Amino acid sequence: MPSVMLKKNAEDKLVFYVPKKDLEEVAESIEFDSPDKWGGEVLLSDGSRYYFEPMDEQPDFPITLRAKRLDSGE
Amino acid sequence: MAALTKEETEALIQEVLEVYPEQARKDRAKHLAVNDQSLEKSNKCITSNRKSQPGVMTIRGCAYAGSKGVVWGPIKDMIHISHGPVGCGQYSRAGRRNYYVGTTGINTFGTMNFTSDFQEKDIVFGGDKKLAKIMTEIEELFPLNKGISIQSECPIGLIGDDIEAVAKKANKEINKPVVPVRCEGFRGVSQSLGHHIANDAIRDWVLENRDGDESFATTPYDVAVIGDYNIGGDAWASRTLLEEMGLRVVAQWSGDGTIAEMEKTPKVKLNLIHCYRSMNYIARHMEEKYKIPWIEYNFFGPTKIAESLRKIAALFDETIQAGAEKVIAKYQAEYDAVIAKYKPRLQGKRVMLYVGGLRPRHVIGAYEDLGMEVVGTGYEFGHNDDYDRTIKEMGNATLIYDDVTGYEFEEFVKKVQPDLIGSGIKEKYIFQKMGIPFRQMHSWDYSGPYHGYDGFAIFARDMDMTLNNPCWKQVKAPWKTAESSDVAVAASA
Repeated sequence: MPSVMLKKNAEDKLVFYVPKKDLEEVAESIEFDSPDKWGGEVLLSDGSRYYFEPMDEQPDFPITLRAKRLDSGE
Repeated sequence: MAALTKEETEALIQEVLEVYPEQARKDRAKHLAVNDQSLEKSNKCITSNRKSQPGVMTIRGCAYAGSKGVVWGPIKDMIHISHGPVGCGQYSRAGRRNYYVGTTGINTFGTMNFTSDFQEKDIVFGGDKKLAKIMTEIEELFPLNKGISIQSECPIGLIGDDIEAVAKKANKEINKPVVPVRCEGFRGVSQSLGHHIANDAIRDWVLENRDGDESFATTPYDVAVIGDYNIGGDAWASRTLLEEMGLRVVAQWSGDGTIAEMEKTPKVKLNLIHCYRSMNYIARHMEEKYKIPWIEYNFFGPTKIAESLRKIAALFDETIQAGAEKVIAKYQAEYDAVIAKYKPRLQGKRVMLYVGGLRPRHVIGAYEDLGMEVVGTGYEFGHNDDYDRTIKEMGNATLIYDDVTGYEFEEFVKKVQPDLIGSGIKEKYIFQKMGIPFRQMHSWDYSGPYHGYDGFAIFARDMDMTLNNPCWKQVKAPWKTAESSDVAVAASA
């Protein structure tokens, strides 16, 4: 359950940062990304997948959230 | 010597690794790589931020060095107690040349060493009482200090002293910020964790101090310079450029910085990060908590300076953008003259670097402006994200080494035969004795500043002064030169 710092980059893509692992990746896709629902499975550009508890609204980026790691991607 | 091909570089790495026992060889192999610009991510080719192998000569520092030496030490109006045995503070005292303005011992304390000078008795009975007493004494002797930080050395963590409790009590007594920093040297694998701990201490004990206090008048052009330690005056050379383009520099972290500046940083509009490795943590925290964006910039060499000034200006309105162009134009004649003078003398020379923080990638641009080529680079304590940023800066088939050992570095240099090496004091004399020109790139070899346009002129002069120094022709003993040995053979026949 790593803490993940999420922010939007200049292209409005979600950037994933895990401080402990120096992992800085752009999110390729998010399962739920609409104004009234956000979260679910997130696929990163390096192939790894994380899961966020879906929430009822868009979080206010940048924000630190707990994520569940689904696989290592490598 | 011509540039090595990819295969040759790989063969070189294998050759150097040959002497290690199997386990060590396997481990070290992960830290040495041939650069390949096509890679997006460094973790495919290099491992970093791992524990050094026992028995090898590493060039790394400790967490205390990262906190006291790098992040906290330069804050000039605070007193930083090296809490523990006297050596750690004394041997590192004033060695980093973080310049500052002020009267040392009166209102600034940068080059002084404050220590609790642990003895056996303090290890056995704990040092908390001593620490409390020291802080009372400091307050009496140096009443103009603006705060105290307690920089733990190894024994503090080992004996389990409660410095936080002492700090809280002292804070009430003297009514100034007292910051306990748990930067015991044994923590982590290098000074890098010390930076992180120091950043976290700033976050927890300093940054919030002026939350809710709106008395500080802000402007839309407020920025903070973060991760510039003012080595030889670097931060000043950077600050002039930013101010000339119309920005207001509210805080300098932490070279020539003060605690008041740090407390005001949450009020700025943009954080400018020079040393990403040591201060990205606090920038990320401020982004999340205060919604202050941050960007990395690079003030080494005119190409990168112009690039960075435009990048910074793009985040502000047109007056700043026009200001950036004005600054670039203003200094153009100056840096063109520097390049015209030194490029012919330095053209084509090959450089190997091994330093820490931001320099293994940031100075590449400055060398390239002078027509030089960086053929090998490496970080003492870089993480993956540093190498991600390095791959694109370096040429293909160049060497990259992480936490290089003394042996490996020497062997690489013997084979690659660079014209100049940039590294630290520990490496300096080895390579000078090998007859290779050397610049200390930690403290700019007692020169500087190297940042900004003013710094570039000094950088170019220093590189020329070192590389083209006639002394390098005298390094080889006269009886060992080829001609004299012929003569000797002829004479003996």
